[in-house]
Amino acid sequence: MPTKVIALTGNQAAAEAMRQINFDVAAVYPISPQTELMGFFAEYVANGEVDTDMVAVEGEHSAMAACIGAAAAGARVITASAGPGIAYMVENLYIASGMRLPIVLIDVNRALSAPLSIHCDHADSMLTRDSSWISIFSENAQEAYHNLIMSVKIAEKAMFPVIVNYDGYIVSHSIENVEIFDDETVREFVGPSGIHRIPYPLLDVSKPVTYGATAQPDYYTECKYQQHVDFLKVYDIFREVAQEFESISGKYYDFIEEYMTDDAEYIGISMGSSFGTLKDAVNALRAQGRKVGALKIRLYRPFPVKEVARALSNAKGVAVFDRADSFDGIGGPLFKDVTSAVFHNQNRPLIHNFIYGLGGREIHEEEFMKAFDRVERLEKGVESRDHLVEYLQVRA
Amino acid sequence: MYELKKWFEIPIGSIVAEAGSSMINNTGSWRMLRPVLNTEKCTNCLICWIFCPDDSIPVNREQRFETDFTYCKGCGICAVECPYDALEMVPEMEIKLKELE
Repeated sequence: MPTKVIALTGNQAAAEAMRQINFDVAAVYPISPQTELMGFFAEYVANGEVDTDMVAVEGEHSAMAACIGAAAAGARVITASAGPGIAYMVENLYIASGMRLPIVLIDVNRALSAPLSIHCDHADSMLTRDSSWISIFSENAQEAYHNLIMSVKIAEKAMFPVIVNYDGYIVSHSIENVEIFDDETVREFVGPSGIHRIPYPLLDVSKPVTYGATAQPDYYTECKYQQHVDFLKVYDIFREVAQEFESISGKYYDFIEEYMTDDAEYIGISMGSSFGTLKDAVNALRAQGRKVGALKIRLYRPFPVKEVARALSNAKGVAVFDRADSFDGIGGPLFKDVTSAVFHNQNRPLIHNFIYGLGGREIHEEEFMKAFDRVERLEKGVESRDHLVEYLQVRA
Repeated sequence: MYELKKWFEIPIGSIVAEAGSSMINNTGSWRMLRPVLNTEKCTNCLICWIFCPDDSIPVNREQRFETDFTYCKGCGICAVECPYDALEMVPEMEIKLKELE
């Protein structure tokens, strides 16, 4: 397929994908580091390069409400937010997924207040982890661009909304080489918009329906069970779309990405932009003859339980790196997911949790290497631990 | 009575695909206060009919008939809006007790 390589920031790459998808409605409210993304896209709207109706609303709660209305009508909808904006949206996120509307939300990951920070961590996205939105994490601008194009199709096949995450500033404002498709390839891949894409579009006046009705105790459980069953079908749908995407990009995106895990005794796990640094740490340790590997979670919700269990089946020790704390005495969200996934493995590894990169703190390979050392010493019984979770990078 | 749908029979997104489905909801069962009509005061101005949010006031040839208590929730809007003070909100319990006597 015809592609070109250009230098783009993560926000520019995402805006380019949005231009090429040429969707129907974008209801948005600005918040750093998402503001720039929608600024780029607003230019495309103002220049008439897309057919999108851009709705400027008074807050993120309303942004998602307008997206829900537009999606229920039958429009193809993409919006974006970050940090506190995602927090303000949460009530309506549950409504969007309960109504089974294929909305795409870009979360340019940002920390939550207080203290106020506009910089990256994953606390905002973790607010959405039980909302039955499909959640995909992107390592770099290229993945953000690819994930965004795939997510439109995943959402419409699964009839569930999708969150595409990429790290604020680290990915959103850093320039990288990004391989861009020509417009036609993208438009052919996502297919035409139109009310036929969803089962009950409100604009189909020949088939009037009610969205958002109440369900009394005699119905609510059945409604949620249907949502539960259908959400588990997302695994197959994700792979189906990933295979179709491979035919245009040559790149296959699985739920997870493994790096030198085959013979690894100690494996580190992370999501988002830090995975490149984690691979550097693995390379440095491998050069010392240490058997280590790295695992990236790309599909965060639904969580790739089987794949993670298999990838860790021969590991002795696992370091889970969380870019958000849960403050619950157990550990970060990813730590709990990974621990649950391997609980029924025959060989259960020692798992330790490290909180890193909060509020945009840079992470370096030396810090990841120290974490590998710590896990190895814990596993060998040389060191002990009071808690399952500890912080990296704290000044003491 | 109507039959409860099984989980796989519910339309995706828990939408309601049939028109007039609220008819099966006996919202009158929630009522704590009943609007009791004084027919001597009522002038058939139909202000209550305009304001009733549950369409529970039957009207025929510009005449107001007794409230439909299958659906009237007892919200009291009719009693507040009535310019002739022809509606009094009486606790259901009082009415039930009087009936028992």
